[in-house]
Amino acid sequence: MDSTKKTTGPHITVNNLTMAYGDFIIQKNLNFKVRQGDIFIIMGGSGCGKSTLLRHLVGLKEPAKGEVRYHGTSYWTAELQVQEEIRKQFGVLFQSGALWSSMTLAENVALPLEEYTELKKNDIREIVSLKLALVGLKGFEDYYPSEISGGMQKRAGLARAMALDPEILFFDEPSAGLDPISSRLLDDLILELRDSLGSTVVIVTHELASIFAIGNNSVFLDTDTKTMIAEGDPNMLRENSTDPKVQNFLKRGKA
Amino acid sequence: MPQAQWKIDRSLSENGNLAVRLSGDWNMKDGLPLVPEAIQQIESIGKVRTLSFVCQHLGQWDSGLLNFLIKLEEALHQRHIEMDRSGLPEGVDRLLKLASAVPERKGARRESDQTPFLVQVGNNTIELVQGIKDMVRFLGESVLTFFQLLRGRAKFRRSDFFLILQECGAYALPIVSLISVLIGLILAYVGALQLQQFGAQIYVANLVGLGMAREMGAMMAGIIMAGRTGAAFAAQLGTMTVNEEIDALSTLGISPMEFLVLPRMLAMMLMMPLLCLYADLVGILGGAMVGIGVLDLSFTQYVVQTKGAITLTDFGVGLSKSVMFGVIVALSGCLRGMQCGRSSSAVGLAATSAVVTAIVLIIVTDSLFTIMFNILGI
Ligand SMILES: Nc1ncnc2c1ncn2[C@@H]1O[C@H](COP(=O)(O)OP(=O)(O)OP(=O)(O)O)[C@@H](O)[C@H]1O
Ligand SMILES: [Mg+2]
Repeated sequence: MDSTKKTTGPHITVNNLTMAYGDFIIQKNLNFKVRQGDIFIIMGGSGCGKSTLLRHLVGLKEPAKGEVRYHGTSYWTAELQVQEEIRKQFGVLFQSGALWSSMTLAENVALPLEEYTELKKNDIREIVSLKLALVGLKGFEDYYPSEISGGMQKRAGLARAMALDPEILFFDEPSAGLDPISSRLLDDLILELRDSLGSTVVIVTHELASIFAIGNNSVFLDTDTKTMIAEGDPNMLRENSTDPKVQNFLKRGKA
Repeated sequence: MPQAQWKIDRSLSENGNLAVRLSGDWNMKDGLPLVPEAIQQIESIGKVRTLSFVCQHLGQWDSGLLNFLIKLEEALHQRHIEMDRSGLPEGVDRLLKLASAVPERKGARRESDQTPFLVQVGNNTIELVQGIKDMVRFLGESVLTFFQLLRGRAKFRRSDFFLILQECGAYALPIVSLISVLIGLILAYVGALQLQQFGAQIYVANLVGLGMAREMGAMMAGIIMAGRTGAAFAAQLGTMTVNEEIDALSTLGISPMEFLVLPRMLAMMLMMPLLCLYADLVGILGGAMVGIGVLDLSFTQYVVQTKGAITLTDFGVGLSKSVMFGVIVALSGCLRGMQCGRSSSAVGLAATSAVVTAIVLIIVTDSLFTIMFNILGI
């Protein structure tokens, strides 16, 4: 994917989004924009609907109300073909890793490449090794997901999400289950992906250190009011936000 | 060990404070005083405004005490009595604070009240209709996917396909052999008892041959595969749903219908007729064992009689049914797997309901086919 492709205007626009499971409303009235090249953090307490928001952003769940636009195109009213085109630009890491359990790590990472590129088997194998090496899993090509640890599964999921060098990366708690050093390396990797490939990155994370280190835009979801109560650069929020909940969260309950 | 005790100071202080003495060991397993009784005692005292605790003689305590206090506080709150926690051991106070640190989420608690009977009937009916709609939609989608395949545009991994083929073909042979040979035996015995009375035991060959070729071969293969492979399909896809593996496919733009359902359906459609044919032959062999061993027919006699009794059409009838059964088993397995909820118990339910759906549909289809063939005179 060429990094020169810069379009003006926001990459993702969320308008008046309401999310619900059946009658149970999770969040309502969400309005925010993710700019091209942002590292966008979705924050909030456990169970407030971060993963659910991510499922809406990647087109897995239809909004109860409102819309999600990519480069101005509304996803859910678009035709199937357009939806597919949009989805092809995504790389997604699920909270549970979601590796295909009947395939080895190499096959997992290779599948998107086989589907969407004309690369030869050999080239694919090299790229797969590269991606696995990037997440620190060199040499684990032929392991099955059940044969590696939870944190390793997370990282392998990350490698799969990056397989096609997608325009937008969605990560659900990428550093959960990683040791401090790996999680630091992960931050570096994410910054590098943004800088070199120009990817937009949307991350759900609780890791304060990485929120401040890499995030340059964010939205804060609140459980009680069931809507967003802050948005913007997390570093600015820490300094300037007047909301006690946001302060509390960003200062680890020491506000 | 001193029993947990709750003792009330008889005297209410002027400002409406009532002191309560907690003593003994307050452990869950030893049985604790009950909150309603405590409340009754408090109410009998008169106008209490605050309740405080004296805990000098309190021994060991665990979550039992905490639970008691939380419930007590709730009950007191309703009666506008304040609970003064200052007399409690420090640990208790801290834990109680933690327990109430995150307020209960409004709307999160599930209402467990009973729905009226009529509402339940209505809900179940709506669910049933929805279930049928889902099934029809799934059927439609799989037909579309099949056209994709014919146009050479379906995406699935060949290696997966061959694995499934092996799983529902070769690996099913032992159990199909066993069941079919026994079915052949049973048919022969049942027939022999009647036919021997007229000295017509040679017709056992007709009975077994026709029975296996037209009906039992296909049906038995179908039912075995429903229990064996249909359940496996449902469990596999169900687990994939639980692990978000199916979501991962969808976000990549790979249709789970093509990638997962199609190879399974194809494999079943290919293997089922073969298994059916195999079951037919093994069943006839079972019949022959009875014919030759018990009824004193000779091998040639039996073979000639069988050959005379069944025509290719009879085999065709069985085979055509078995293709249908293959589709039914694969589709119900995959459908239930894809509909699976997000828990391990849901996977179990999916497997069960896959087998039930498949067997019901197999029997219904079989009777429809039989009536149809009868009308057509095949
Ligand atoms: N399939 C579902 N059906 C019904 N309710 C659901 C479902 N999935 C999630 N929920 C509800 O939605 C709410 C938000 O869940 P979600 O997984 O989005 O939380 P989260 O913010 O990602 O939490 P965490 O940080 O713990 O991962 C939860 O309260 C949960 O009860
Ligand atoms: Mg989550």
